[in-house]
Amino acid sequence: MSSHLLLLILFAVPVSAVFAALAREEPREQVRTGALMFGGFVAAAVVLGWLILPFPL
Amino acid sequence: MATKSTTAERARPATEPGTLVLLCLAAWAIPGAGHFWLGRAQKGVVFLAALTMLFVLGLVLQGRLFPFDLSEPLVALAAFANAGLGLPWVVGRMLGLGGGVVTAATYEYGNSFLIVSGLLNFLVILDAFDIAVGRK
Repeated sequence: MSSHLLLLILFAVPVSAVFAALAREEPREQVRTGALMFGGFVAAAVVLGWLILPFPL
Repeated sequence: MATKSTTAERARPATEPGTLVLLCLAAWAIPGAGHFWLGRAQKGVVFLAALTMLFVLGLVLQGRLFPFDLSEPLVALAAFANAGLGLPWVVGRMLGLGGGVVTAATYEYGNSFLIVSGLLNFLVILDAFDIAVGRK
């Protein structure tokens, strides 16, 4: 299990679910907020990954 | 016909200090238990499933359950964060899990999963407390 993207997704799913449940009361809103947050996690990671690509380790 | 419950319709829990301490202890020991106690079972299920999943994944990824070593402030802070998850952390420590394999590629990921699960449970405890005292 060494795929960074897979590990990010495994991290983002429960964290998004917890934050959504904390922030919203209605289940429908929780699902929407959780999905948005999950998408934000993945999108931010992919964008940042591309941005730091030119830099040497 | 069953109707959707609202905050106003839910039974207000007792807000005596002793009850609040017990509520927070239960919420610490079992993620989501505070919300179950307060009649918010749906949230309780989410917290129990998500935080337990994070903790187990952290162990599977060979993360470390840090010891309370006050001579190393960052290690002590990580230990405090780990301890936030309550019983799973206690059981993990008792069974000798979470030794951490520094050479494993997923070691830092595992640490992050374990630390975040504990810190999120602190937020969940605060949320349960806020509900109990009527702030939410």
